[in-house]
Amino acid sequence: MSVRRTWAGTVVVYGTLMLIAALWTIPTLGLLISSFRPGDEVTRTGWWTVLKNPAQANLTLDNYRIVLGMVGDDPRLQELAKRGQENINLGTAVLNSLTVTVPATVIPILIAAFAAYGFAWLRFPGRRFFFIGVVALLVVPLQIALIPILKDYVRLNLSGTFLGIWLAHTGFGLPLAIYLLYNAISALPRDLLESAFIDGASHFTVFTRLVLPLSMPALASFAIFQFLWVWNDLLVALVFLGASPEVQVLTQRLLGMLGTFGTEWHLLTAGAFVSMILPLTVFFALQRYFVRGLLAGSIKG
Amino acid sequence: MQRVGTPGEPAGAFRWLTTAVGRLLVSLFVPTITFVVLWRVFIFLRDTRAPHWITAGVAIVWGVGGVMALFFLANMVIEQLPVRWRTRLTPFLFVGPALVILAWYLALPTVRTFYASLLDARGEQFVGLENYVYAFTSDAMLESFRNNLLWLVIGTGFSVGFGLLIAVLADRTHPLFETFIKALIFMPMAISMVGASVIWKFVYEFRPPGAEQIGLLNAVVTALGGQPRAWLLMQPWNTLLLIVILIWLQTGYAMVIISAAIKAIPRELLEAGRIDGADEVQIFFRIILPTIRGTILTVATTIVLFTLKIFDIVQTVTGGNFGTQVIANEQYNQMFRAFHYGRGAAIAIVLLVAVIPVMWYNLRQFAQRTEAFR
Repeated sequence: MSVRRTWAGTVVVYGTLMLIAALWTIPTLGLLISSFRPGDEVTRTGWWTVLKNPAQANLTLDNYRIVLGMVGDDPRLQELAKRGQENINLGTAVLNSLTVTVPATVIPILIAAFAAYGFAWLRFPGRRFFFIGVVALLVVPLQIALIPILKDYVRLNLSGTFLGIWLAHTGFGLPLAIYLLYNAISALPRDLLESAFIDGASHFTVFTRLVLPLSMPALASFAIFQFLWVWNDLLVALVFLGASPEVQVLTQRLLGMLGTFGTEWHLLTAGAFVSMILPLTVFFALQRYFVRGLLAGSIKG
Repeated sequence: MQRVGTPGEPAGAFRWLTTAVGRLLVSLFVPTITFVVLWRVFIFLRDTRAPHWITAGVAIVWGVGGVMALFFLANMVIEQLPVRWRTRLTPFLFVGPALVILAWYLALPTVRTFYASLLDARGEQFVGLENYVYAFTSDAMLESFRNNLLWLVIGTGFSVGFGLLIAVLADRTHPLFETFIKALIFMPMAISMVGASVIWKFVYEFRPPGAEQIGLLNAVVTALGGQPRAWLLMQPWNTLLLIVILIWLQTGYAMVIISAAIKAIPRELLEAGRIDGADEVQIFFRIILPTIRGTILTVATTIVLFTLKIFDIVQTVTGGNFGTQVIANEQYNQMFRAFHYGRGAAIAIVLLVAVIPVMWYNLRQFAQRTEAFR
């Protein structure tokens, strides 16, 4: 841009942005630093004292050992962890979050990709009607489903099972998934698909061998979307997984910790960071795909 | 487009019989075996006492593999059928599972929830509009409406406002700096609302006057000579402090979408404006803003939909106490604390009605570009 830029203007622009970025980052920094400080220090002094004199800072991994249930033989840690062991150990919750999230991401993508292909490349009665239905369902709040689905789950013994929550996340994620993947799959070159049909390939073959590989970017962007959504979800887990610690996911346990250890900030901060590390990693590693997904589907119910 | 000339041309009654029987056996046995395997694994998962990581692994393989197996299986069965039936059924192999799940999880529940909203707490007696009287006149719901309005206006306004400000300013900086700043502001998008609530509850933490403050907000206030306060108990400021968490989470989203729209404005358009003597403020209000108006509207709508259903933040930080109740949290309370399904259903219907304008708009947009969808 060949604009008359004054020094003052540039300073204001950079200064404002740095100020906003600092405001946005400092709360997370406080969480991160506190999670490495001994419990008695966290409750006695502000986390910023560490920054004031880093040389005297007393940093430790104890909080993480306690929240992940890895206290070992250390009597001091065992003593600290004794208060409500059941509620603290997040190791199980990490596994549960993974067990919920991976299928609840893959299943809707698979089903939605099939449906998107059907809507884009197959002719059948009711095609337009059903697709309009998908568009209408894009913004339906999932609160509408909680009571009837919970009743069904109680009847089918699906309440508190992983299968139940996978299906729930699949149902709630499908409209957006179909919509996004339809946009991608219907934009594939017609010639390419038709030459495959002329060679005698069936729809199923064309879909699995040609369409799926070609729509990888769209699949990836929705996958990140859904992964973050499911991993970070609280409401669906509360309603369909219930209160049994055997199956509870990280967000539920974190909520529980806030109730029982509302003031034990060294444990809360460590627990919160445990719940954030995987989504943050996925997010920064695949940010490009995530942004593409955001741009493609700005309206989600 | 279908494969013609399937194997099994009539070359003798015996061969026809074996292929037909073979097909029948295949179409019966393979599905049966698959179903049995899937069912056994389900029972195993439900009743097992194996170490947790084994259960988790098996569950993941079972869930993902099961769905794939079912699709392959359905395809196999369909491929055994005569061409005419195959052509007819193939589309439903593709869209069928999605339609069934959508019907079960979203379409039918709207009707079933509406029906439940006319029944009493346990879904037994017909009570007419009683639950709607609760939904529109009870103190908890009136408080929720007021707070949700604050969430909608302030939350959406500031998220979009900050997003726009950052996008416009960052567009004028060095690309490396821009990427860095945007990454920092975008980062909260990866954090759960529960995690964000822990982060901010720590910022708002209160210690009595005299004690050293460990919450950032009170530390700043006391450093400036003020009195520390238990912010989360103070109405109506506590709702505003909860909304700050939403703004912190959603600004990155607004920024990314708006930034993409700004970058899509043709540079010549901006240059032309500058050559005509417009200053940067005029360029922003006369060129940039009108061009990206549609994008801003879309972003605002998305955040409005999001704040309408806001639940996690309120549930985590205050539990809806101290005057911070919102619609979705009151719905949750009615269902799982008061066990009043009728009221819970009526509140869900209120939420559904609130999104109908957006739904209508989406459908109209879709109808307008319907030529692409014959």
